[in-house]
Amino acid sequence: MSSDAKHAADHGHGHDHAHDHQDPKWYSPARWLFSTNHKDIGTLYLVFALIAGVVGFVFSGFMRAELAEPGLQLFNGTAFGGFFGNEHNYNVITTMHGLIMIFFMVMPALIGGFGNWFVPLMIGAPDMAMPRMNNISFWLVPVSFFLLILSMFVPGPPGDNGFGGGWVLYPPLSGTTGHPGLAMDLVIFSLHLAGMSSILGAINFIVTILNMRAPGMTLHKMPLFAWSVLVTAFLLVLALPVLAGALTMLLTDRNFGSKFFEVAGGGDPIMFQHLFWFFGHPEVYIMILPGFGIVSHVISTFSRKPVFGYLAMAYAMVAIGVIGFIVWAHHMYTVGMDVNLKAYFVAATMIIAVPTGIKIFSWIATMWGGSIEFKVPMLWAIGFIFLFTVGGVTGVVLANAGVDHSLHDTYYVVAHFHYVLSLGAVFTLFCGWYYWFEKMWGVKYNGMIAGAHFWLMFIGSNLIFFPQHFLGMQGMPRRYVDYTPAFEQWHQWSTYGYWIAAAATIVFFIGLFEAMVRRRKAEANPWGEGATTLEWTLSSPPPFHQFNDLPRVR
Amino acid sequence: MLRGAWKLGVLGAASLAAASHAWATPTPGGIDFQTPATETARNVQAFHFEVLIIITAITAFVTALLIWVMIRYNRKASPTPKKFSHNTAVEIIWTVLPVLILVWIAKGSFPLLYEQDVMFNGEQVPEEQVVDIKVYGNMWYWDYTYNQNTDQEFVVESRMLRAGDPDRPLDTARGDIPQLSVDYPMVAPVGRHVRLKITARDVIHAWAMPQFALKVDAVPGRLNQLWFKVDQPGIYYGQCSELCGKDHSNMPIELWILPQQQYDQWLVAAQADPANGGRAYLDSLPRPGVTQLAAAE
Repeated sequence: MSSDAKHAADHGHGHDHAHDHQDPKWYSPARWLFSTNHKDIGTLYLVFALIAGVVGFVFSGFMRAELAEPGLQLFNGTAFGGFFGNEHNYNVITTMHGLIMIFFMVMPALIGGFGNWFVPLMIGAPDMAMPRMNNISFWLVPVSFFLLILSMFVPGPPGDNGFGGGWVLYPPLSGTTGHPGLAMDLVIFSLHLAGMSSILGAINFIVTILNMRAPGMTLHKMPLFAWSVLVTAFLLVLALPVLAGALTMLLTDRNFGSKFFEVAGGGDPIMFQHLFWFFGHPEVYIMILPGFGIVSHVISTFSRKPVFGYLAMAYAMVAIGVIGFIVWAHHMYTVGMDVNLKAYFVAATMIIAVPTGIKIFSWIATMWGGSIEFKVPMLWAIGFIFLFTVGGVTGVVLANAGVDHSLHDTYYVVAHFHYVLSLGAVFTLFCGWYYWFEKMWGVKYNGMIAGAHFWLMFIGSNLIFFPQHFLGMQGMPRRYVDYTPAFEQWHQWSTYGYWIAAAATIVFFIGLFEAMVRRRKAEANPWGEGATTLEWTLSSPPPFHQFNDLPRVR
Repeated sequence: MLRGAWKLGVLGAASLAAASHAWATPTPGGIDFQTPATETARNVQAFHFEVLIIITAITAFVTALLIWVMIRYNRKASPTPKKFSHNTAVEIIWTVLPVLILVWIAKGSFPLLYEQDVMFNGEQVPEEQVVDIKVYGNMWYWDYTYNQNTDQEFVVESRMLRAGDPDRPLDTARGDIPQLSVDYPMVAPVGRHVRLKITARDVIHAWAMPQFALKVDAVPGRLNQLWFKVDQPGIYYGQCSELCGKDHSNMPIELWILPQQQYDQWLVAAQADPANGGRAYLDSLPRPGVTQLAAAE
C-alpha cells in the first residue's frame, strides 16, 4: 500500500539542480505551447480551468441577479443598454454555465490538472506514457472553449444569438426546429473537440497507470488518487464515444438531411436522450471520482492514519463506475417510459448508494482513532463529506420515480446536483488545490486567507443551494427566467448566498496573489508523517524531470 | 405496525400544513409540497415524508460521527494515532445496513410508481365514464382538445396572462396570479377519472401539475398518458417543465376542476365559441377553490 512508499528511494532529484540551466524558462512561450512535461501540462490545465471557472461563475451571477426578484431584471432587452438580451439569452447563459463548469472547469481541473500533475508522481513515473499526445489533449481544450464562447455570438433560434437549449442538448430544440442557426453547430464542434481531448487524455492515463508504475507498486499498492483517475479514465473511454455518436447524429440531422431524431422522418427525439444520458450519467461520476481520490489522501494525511479499508475504497470506486453505466434513464422518468423499465432504473439507481456509503463511512473510520490536524485541506475534506452526504441522500429521494414525477426538472434537482458537484466536486478541487499548493508552486499559501476562503465558500454555497430544495418542493421549475411572486423569498436567500460565494472567490484570488508576492519558501513535505505518497519524497516544486532512477516500492 | 405510525405522523404534518398553507399554488416561504389534491398525490407526499425522515436521520448520523471524531480524535485529544486500517465486522455492517434501508424504501416506492403509471391504478373504468382530454404543447402555449374524434370536437388555446395585454390583462384583483394564470384555462370535472393524452407539435414540453404529483413530457411524435381523479373543485396551477426555448417560463397550466353540472355547461359554452374557451361562463362562476374548501370544512 501507499504507506510503504515513504521508504522509496528518491534518487530522482539528487542531481536535479545540476541541470537546472537546461530547463526552459517559465516565460518561454515554447515551454507552454510545445510542452510534453506532465507537470507543465497539468499547470496549463489548472490555469485554464481557473479562467473558465471564473467565466462560468460570473454567468451564474447573471442568473442569480436575474432571479433575485420576480419580473425581468437583466434579460429584458433594455437593462444595461440591452447587454443581457432577452429571455432566450438567459437560457444561453444557463446552458453555457453548465457546459463550461462541466467540460472546462471541473474536468480540466480534476483530471487534466491534478491527474497530470500527480498520477505520474504518485506512481513513481518520470512522465506520462505519451507526452506528446498529452500536449494535444490540452491544446484541444482552449480551442473547444473558444468555439463554445463563439457560439454565443452567432445566430441560434430565429432572431436571437447563441444556443439556449440546456447542457443536455435535447432535440428537437437543438435541431433545426428550435435552433436553425450556426450556434448549435458550433456547440457540437466544441463538444466533439472537448470529447476528443478527454478520450486522448484518458487513454494516456490508462496506459501510464497500467505500464509505468514504479517497481514493486502493484495495483493493490497504488495510491487511491491514481485508482480514482484510472476508473475515471475507463469511464471516459467508454462514455464519450457515445456522446460523440449522438452529437454526430444530431449534426447530420441538422445539416445533411438524416432523420435520426426527426419525428417527421420516422426518427425519435427520445433516442437522443438515451444516448446522451448513457454518456451523461457516467459523466457525473467522471466529475466526482477524482475528488474521492483526493479526499482519501487528505483525510489520511491529516489524521496521520492509513486509509481505512483501502481495497474496499478502491473497489467501491470501480463499483460506482460500473453501476454508473446501467442507471442512465433515471434522468428520464417523465419521458413516458414503460413502468417496468422505470422500476428497473429505480432499483439500479438506489444500489449506487451502497458503494457511496462505504466510501463515506470509510473516510470517517480513517479519522476514527487518528490524530487530526485541521489544516485548510482537511477543512475542505470534512466539509466535502458532510455536503456530499446531503447531496447523496437527496439523490436517493430522486431515485424513486414515484417521487421524481413531482421533483423532476424542479429546483430540487438543481439543489441536489449542485450539492454533489458545486459543493462536492468543487470542494474536492479546492481540497486538492490547498493540499498540493506548496508542492506545485513551490511557495506556501497563507493559512488565514485560505481558511477564510473555506468558511465563506461553505456558508455561501449552502445558502445558495439549501433553499433551492424548498423551491423545488413547492414546484419551482428549472431553467425559468421569471417566476410567480410566491417563490421570491427563497430565491432572494439564494442570491444572497451567491454574493457570499463571490466574496469567497475574491478571497481565493487574494490568497493566490498573496502567495505569489510573498514567496514563502516551500518545504518538500509540509504535512509531516501522515503524507506518505511518493510526491512528498520530491522537492517542492519537484524537479523538471523526476524519477530518472525509478523509486522502489516495497 | 410501524408503517401505521408513520402515517399518523404524516397526517399530523399534513393537517399542520393545511392550516398554515393557503389553498393551492406555491406559498411565500413555503418549504413543503403544495397541498395534495388527489389520493395519488397524498400517497406520494406520505412516501416522500417517510424517505425524508430516513435521509434526515442518515445525515444527522453522519454529522454526529464527524463531530465526534473531530472532538475525540483531534491532535490535542489524541496525540498518537492508532494504526488500524481494517475492521471486517464494521465493514459488513455498513454495507448490509444501507441495503436493508434501501429495500425498505423500495418496498414503498414500487407500489407508488405503479399507482401513478398504471391507468386509473388498475381500476376498470368503463370507457364512456372516462373524461378524455388531448393536450398539445406548443412554443409557447398549451392547447386542449375536448370530445376528440366526435362531431363535438373543439380546441381551447391557453396562453399566459400578461400585465398590459390588450385582450385580457393580468388582474390580480380578480384573483389572477402572475406567471400562472392563463386566458382560457383547461377545465375538467371533479371526482371523475380524467385521462390526458399528451404530445407536442414542435419541441419537447412537459405538462406538470404539482398538486396532483403529476408530470409527463409532451414529446412530438409520442402520445403519453396521465390520469387523475380530483377530490375538490378548485383552480390548480402547473408550469411547463421541460426547457422549450425563449418563453419556457411563460406557458403555465391553469386547470379549473368544476362540479359535473358546471363542467357540462362549460363544455356547451366552450364548444359554441372555442376561441373564447367558455371564458364568459367561467367568469360568471364564483372562483372555485377557497370558498368551497372553507365550506367543506
